[in-house]
Amino acid sequence: MKLKDILSPLRVWERAAQKPWTIKDPINDRPGATNYRGFHKNDFNKCIGCGSCEEICQNAAIDLVPVEGQETKDGNSGLRPMIDYGRCCWCALCVDVCPTGSLTMSNKYTWVADMPEEYRFVPGKTETKWQESEKGYKRSEDIHLIDYERVEMLEIKPEKRDKSFIEIVKGYNKEQAMKEAERCLECGICIATCPAHMDIPAYIAAIREDDIENAFRILYETNPLPEICGRICTHKCETACALHNNGESLAIRWLKRYIADQIPSEKYKEVLGTEHLDDPKIGKSIAIIGAGPAGISAAYYLAIMGYKIKIFEALPDSGGMTRYGIPEYRLPYDQIDKDIEYIKSLGVEMQFNTRVGKDITLDKLHKDYDAVFAGTGLHLGRSTRIPGADNKRVYFATDLLREVSLGNEIDVAENIVVIGGGNVAMDITRTLARLQNKKYGKIQILTTSLESEDIMPADREEIVEAREEKAIIDPGWGPKEIEIQNGKIKGLHVVKCLSVFDEEGRFNPKFDDKQKKFFKADMVVESIGQGMDLSYLSEDIKSNLKFGPRGRIQVNENFQSNLKWLFVGGDIIQGPDVIHGVANGYIAAKAIDGFLNKNDKRRKK
Amino acid sequence: MNRMSENKYKGFEADRSKYPEMKDGKPVIDLESHKYTKIWQGPQHPGVTGNMALELIIDGDEVVDTKTRVGYLHRAFEKLMERRRYIQCFPIVCRICVPEPDTNEYCVSAAMEDLSGIVVPEKAQWLRTLNLEMSRVGSFLMWLGGQAGSIGMGAIGQWTVGMRDFWLDLFEEMTGGRVYHMYMIPGGVRKDLPDGFKDRARDLIIRTRKLLVNIENTFFNNIIVKSRLKGLGIITPEMVDEYGIVGPNARASGRECDIRINNPYVKYGELDIKMITSNGCDAYARAELRYQELLQSLDLVSQILDKIPEKGEIQAKLPNVLHWKIPAGQTYVKAESTRGEHGFYMVSDGSEFPRRVFARGASYTHAISLLEKLAVNISISDTAALMVSLHTCPPEIER
Ligand SMILES: Cc1cc2nc3c(=O)[nH]c(=O)nc-3n(C[C@H](O)[C@H](O)[C@H](O)COP(=O)(O)OP(=O)(O)OC[C@H]3O[C@@H](n4cnc5c(N)ncnc54)[C@H](O)[C@@H]3O)c2cc1C
Ligand code: SF4
Ligand code: SF4
Ligand code: SF4
Repeated sequence: MKLKDILSPLRVWERAAQKPWTIKDPINDRPGATNYRGFHKNDFNKCIGCGSCEEICQNAAIDLVPVEGQETKDGNSGLRPMIDYGRCCWCALCVDVCPTGSLTMSNKYTWVADMPEEYRFVPGKTETKWQESEKGYKRSEDIHLIDYERVEMLEIKPEKRDKSFIEIVKGYNKEQAMKEAERCLECGICIATCPAHMDIPAYIAAIREDDIENAFRILYETNPLPEICGRICTHKCETACALHNNGESLAIRWLKRYIADQIPSEKYKEVLGTEHLDDPKIGKSIAIIGAGPAGISAAYYLAIMGYKIKIFEALPDSGGMTRYGIPEYRLPYDQIDKDIEYIKSLGVEMQFNTRVGKDITLDKLHKDYDAVFAGTGLHLGRSTRIPGADNKRVYFATDLLREVSLGNEIDVAENIVVIGGGNVAMDITRTLARLQNKKYGKIQILTTSLESEDIMPADREEIVEAREEKAIIDPGWGPKEIEIQNGKIKGLHVVKCLSVFDEEGRFNPKFDDKQKKFFKADMVVESIGQGMDLSYLSEDIKSNLKFGPRGRIQVNENFQSNLKWLFVGGDIIQGPDVIHGVANGYIAAKAIDGFLNKNDKRRKK
Repeated sequence: MNRMSENKYKGFEADRSKYPEMKDGKPVIDLESHKYTKIWQGPQHPGVTGNMALELIIDGDEVVDTKTRVGYLHRAFEKLMERRRYIQCFPIVCRICVPEPDTNEYCVSAAMEDLSGIVVPEKAQWLRTLNLEMSRVGSFLMWLGGQAGSIGMGAIGQWTVGMRDFWLDLFEEMTGGRVYHMYMIPGGVRKDLPDGFKDRARDLIIRTRKLLVNIENTFFNNIIVKSRLKGLGIITPEMVDEYGIVGPNARASGRECDIRINNPYVKYGELDIKMITSNGCDAYARAELRYQELLQSLDLVSQILDKIPEKGEIQAKLPNVLHWKIPAGQTYVKAESTRGEHGFYMVSDGSEFPRRVFARGASYTHAISLLEKLAVNISISDTAALMVSLHTCPPEIER
């Protein structure tokens, strides 16, 4: 026994003289750390109701619920997370996974409420003391639970492509596609925005599972043109994609293409289970005007229901604007054929070189068929009507593109000016640039638009790629006059365009006549939009048909006109793009089936 | 005093022959004989470490037989994980040990990283090391208070648990949570250190050291402590292998086993760290050893603070965690908790969910087979001190 062991413990009294550690009013004197995982906050302006928080919560503490004042719109489900504090463990995984960064936490420690129900609340809506608190846990930019970077799509280099019509985009291989598919949150936000409401997360999940046949079947549930759409779809879904809020949206279009590319034509019927459809069972027939996406989509869905379908098409081949408008370097003809040959093989008849209204009347179709679907598209060029626009060396973009697709030679000039700032203008620019390069070994084409570069309607990548191919894009000018000397074009006079739309958003361009430019040219192409040609409607039909704004045929939500037998869709109603055509065709097909079978018990399964 | 010192290295078979009678290797306890009393210590009892119970058979105040009873906090963590995506596991595993959750966090992430070949960035490794060592400090402080409390010295418990709260403040700053830190995630950690953190941590190390001087004076140089803990719960070196004893319990019986040193993980290999052992074999030796290790942990924390790189990634890029699949395989990863080897065995069948996760905590051995043996022939007033001297943690038993 040591004396020290007896005396030393008495030093316990030393501490009695020390300042106490306790805090008088801890709630106020000692707020939570800057990074504290306290009660949840949600910024409704940022939240898109994607439900990733709900999906990740391992305690099932989150439910997405409708909230008054929040509406469903593109890229936003309108739902908001409700959190149950009887389940939450404050792990903040929901915060880390939230793609918008809207969900955060406060640094508050305590919450006293009378009723247990109150602890189930909607952050951002339920009034709380901490919604405005600056401090608290936020998603760190340094951690990566979700991949916000797209798998790069390889393309043919500009110098390799500017002389040829070879397809630019190479497509994903399996590894790339699976990696890209991995990024999807499976939130389904995109589905509402896709005009055809394709089940995007489902076919992407099938890619991840490497079950391409299933993915392919999912595509065909709502879209019979996957090779086409997989290449040139306007991909509105991607703009809505939840990932877009914190990085690059999912490459939904390229993944669709990947799926379709994996299935060879000869396996289509087997994979889609349409091997034994050949004889129409229902005994009713439908005429379709126009073999564009809308007509073909309607034909497909009607054909698999057992109807007999005949398409009347003015041009020598199918596809409408996808073949006769969209250039081959974006959409090769064999890919159009792959989609459409399969539909033909289901017994859909296509009669080409037959213009309804000229070679056969609509009245006759009405008489011979149980219903008619018209998807005749926008094929009339629109003119600027400026002085000189009537010269024979002034063309419409769509006319030239059609000639190229038909294989006819175009008299390409050495200096060309294109008027227009949309995708069609880019298509004609890049097409003519290739032809110039082939003919003259150099490219001298300039494209000008009313819109300044930031509001040019063309897709950004189209502008970039056109420039890579050495076309000059000079936006923000209003065309004034095409100068003609001795019947020959000298060039285009333009003045500065200050604004295109007025305060109410109407088209009402303002110019500054003092700022001028002259673009030298011996050929001018106008690409400022297309109009419809409804001349196939006889006077009799026209007078009975109801029309809506801008000369469009009025249709109900099923694309049925007031003449019950006539259904109309595609560019002449909505769009203009392929996927709207596909969607309209699908809905119209279902509606035609309903219309024809309303009082018909004969219908066999 | 030193009741067991005569039979220090004899094991207790000799003692067991005293009471009660042994038949077929089992004690014959006839409660009807009125020779013995059965009492329960726990599950609700201040002298029990967490929610477990000791079923004691006593003869007078001497324990003649004991059974460790668990089942009060079984939450099926291992099973829960089989129904969770990989990323959803880290908020679960911290609950396997309240005072020292971080070892679990580390092990579960390291197992996933090992199976999927993810390389954790340098800085994240350092932050993990810091987090792990800080959690050892917190755990030792809590244990120290418990050990003192178990022999009636409540004041020291107030001091150490109070001081631990300042460490929890640091955790709060660093991780966003005080008790369950959920800081380590697969691939790295969730946050970098906040501004000024290192200074505040260094300051706290000084304050903790100051307190430990007080504790040395009042607890370790204390005749009462020595008389109660010396000779209590002797673990012979032979028993270390026989029972699979690990951590300070083994080191205080002369065994050189510390995973941080023998199989360095995270950044332990780059720290100046020495094995601490003792040959005392009893509860006092274990207490002293833990005290030395607490001082060592404080030193390691300051070493780590000096070495954490300013810049660098804190997490390796994971595939989208909503669909993260880990290649089929199995692994066992381990780390040194304040109670010894803590390990996770993980099996992946290649799907998005772990097929099997097994959490190995040191307390399974220490609180069941070992405690049941060591408690025999001690006074009932020492059971709490014995239990704490083994640093048992029931949730580790019930995963
Ligand atoms: C240059 C260009 C590029 C484009 N790029 C894209 C793009 O990248 N992505 C995208 O989604 N969309 C693009 N579009 C738009 C897209 O091609 C159309 O929206 C789509 O083809 C519309 O389909 P539709 O079936 O309504 O009409 P169309 O495709 O125009 O098809 C209508 C068909 O009806 C035929 N027809 C018309 N009148 C008659 C008649 N009286 N009798 C018989 N047949 C008739 C036409 O010959 C034509 O084949 C582009 C359009 C153009 C012009
Ligand atoms: S993850 Fe974020 S954006 Fe999506 S619903 Fe939850 S809070 Fe809103
Ligand atoms: S903090 Fe964790 S437990 Fe709470 S709602 Fe978010 S994910 Fe669920
Ligand atoms: S593609 Fe984008 S919007 Fe659609 S489900 Fe996936 S993450 Fe959500």
